[in-house]
Amino acid sequence: MTVDRRRFLADATKYLLLTGAAAEAWPFVAEGRPAAAPGYDMARHWWAMFIDIEACIGCGLCVDACKRENDVPPEAHFSRTWVERYYIAPRDVAHPEAEDRPVVDSPDGGRHGFPEIHRAGAGAKSFFVPKLCNHCAHSPCVQVCPVGATFESPDGVVLVDKDWCLGCRYCVQACPYGCRYIDPRTNTVDKCTLCYHRITRGLTTACCEVCPTEARRLGDLKNPDDPIHELLRAHKVQVLKPNMATGAKVYYAGLDASVR
Amino acid sequence: MRESIRDAEHLFRLVLLFAAGLLLFLLVRALLVPVGFGELGHFRSGAIDDNRGRPLRYAGRAACAECHDDAASELAAGRHARIGCESCHGPLAAHAADPDAAAAMLPEATPLCVRCHEANLARPAGHPQVEPREHADGSACADCHRPHLPAV
Ligand code: HEC
Ligand code: HEC
Ligand code: HEC
Ligand code: HEC
Repeated sequence: MTVDRRRFLADATKYLLLTGAAAEAWPFVAEGRPAAAPGYDMARHWWAMFIDIEACIGCGLCVDACKRENDVPPEAHFSRTWVERYYIAPRDVAHPEAEDRPVVDSPDGGRHGFPEIHRAGAGAKSFFVPKLCNHCAHSPCVQVCPVGATFESPDGVVLVDKDWCLGCRYCVQACPYGCRYIDPRTNTVDKCTLCYHRITRGLTTACCEVCPTEARRLGDLKNPDDPIHELLRAHKVQVLKPNMATGAKVYYAGLDASVR
Repeated sequence: MRESIRDAEHLFRLVLLFAAGLLLFLLVRALLVPVGFGELGHFRSGAIDDNRGRPLRYAGRAACAECHDDAASELAAGRHARIGCESCHGPLAAHAADPDAAAAMLPEATPLCVRCHEANLARPAGHPQVEPREHADGSACADCHRPHLPAV
């Protein structure tokens, strides 16, 4: 049998077509669907957090617990959550704009608490603001990822695919809340997962677990019995940078206008 | 007639060329796009399980109460009731899973008490606060207060 050009082309096409199709189909055969993981149905949850500024005592246990639970590097600039202390000096009628210029500090991310530095002057205002990823429903960080390595999970948590992240840092720049950092050990991005490994097993996050005043509370907006519904009704709440329309899901009660 | 068939052959080759290009694209795509990508969205669905796979460090207060119901009920009786065991005792998931393999150390009370109770302008006014030096005068907080049931 002689193989002429026509026959060669026909055969090559046939084999190419088959391998291509098989290669396309195989992943879906091989991969188990994570949505079917036992006991947890992603479609039935929508996670959020409630933070009560008036209740936070600035003990810093949340920061410490987060580092330990998630194996976060010790340095303060690698933080999935941190606490800021705001201080607004006593009113000065000659300089009313000072009201807009709080002094903010966060020694070691607040991990070891806050040594008193502002000696109580009458008329001063000071409070703590715990911060973490806002798990935005329309996350700027997700939109800029060139390879789909960060995403909003079907249950409303912004997660990172560490195996697929290039370490390009676009998302670090895109996050308006400064919630991302590059893990120096892997050179990939890292951030709060809302303790995804805990909340999908029926536990609360590490930060909420250790909070002594329930200043931070995890909530599932799709669970009709979750106390978060009551909290969101009982308090006037605000999200950070609402003007950026990120769909942030960390709700703050008692948030001051000076908080950035 | 013969002429038109010859033309058809040209067309056929052209279609083949396009098909080959398409195949090459599909092949490269299959090689470069990771398993499970696009299943649930613009991401690799296996990443969800990767994020779930972490080990626990904090067992949660409910786990402690199963074995330490005396400590749990003592705590529940006072104003420390809302504090989780591991806020003071540290992460003890390994201990809760197997208390013989991982013993729990007793924490030193004073640094803990001071962390939460030292007077600070930024703290809410309703939170009980003391100036440790004046209030305790150098003695350990646990000399007068029980950590689980702090009222004196
Ligand atoms: C499976 C049962 C079990 C669970 C769950 C458990 N423990 Fe224990 N724990 C023990 C046993 C047994 C001992 C050692 C006996 C003893 O001294 O009481 C112990 C000892 C301790 C001690 C030291 C007591 C001492 O006097 O030295 C502390 C503190 C403690 N556990 C705290 C915790 C905390 C906090 C948790 C929750 C994270 C927890 N345990 C969960 C069984 C358990
Ligand atoms: C406010 C901080 C705090 C909290 C909250 C707390 N503990 Fe303790 N616990 C201590 C300290 C401090 C000691 C050490 C007391 C000592 O040295 O005498 C202690 C001692 C213990 C002991 C040793 C025996 C005893 O009763 O003195 C056990 C067991 C224990 N804790 C379990 C628990 C469990 C279980 C919980 C949660 C239900 C819990 N603790 C919550 C601070 C705390
Ligand atoms: C993790 C933070 C935390 C730690 C650690 C802690 N406390 Fe407290 N404590 C609180 C909070 C919060 C309250 C107030 C709870 C409330 O609002 O009802 C409180 C309340 C108190 C009260 C008031 C009790 C009353 O009945 O009036 C005393 C006294 C007290 N703590 C002493 C201590 C001592 C002593 C220690 C060290 C063993 C300690 N606390 C450790 C958070 C803490
Ligand atoms: C010599 C005994 C003694 C020691 C030591 C002691 N306390 Fe007290 N503490 C008391 C007494 C008595 C009260 C209740 C009366 C009062 O409010 O002064 C009290 C009350 C408190 C209150 C409640 C204050 C309020 O406004 O309701 C806190 C918080 C507190 N102590 C924390 C501590 C801390 C933290 C330490 C360790 C640095 C400590 N105590 C050490 C005896 C002591």
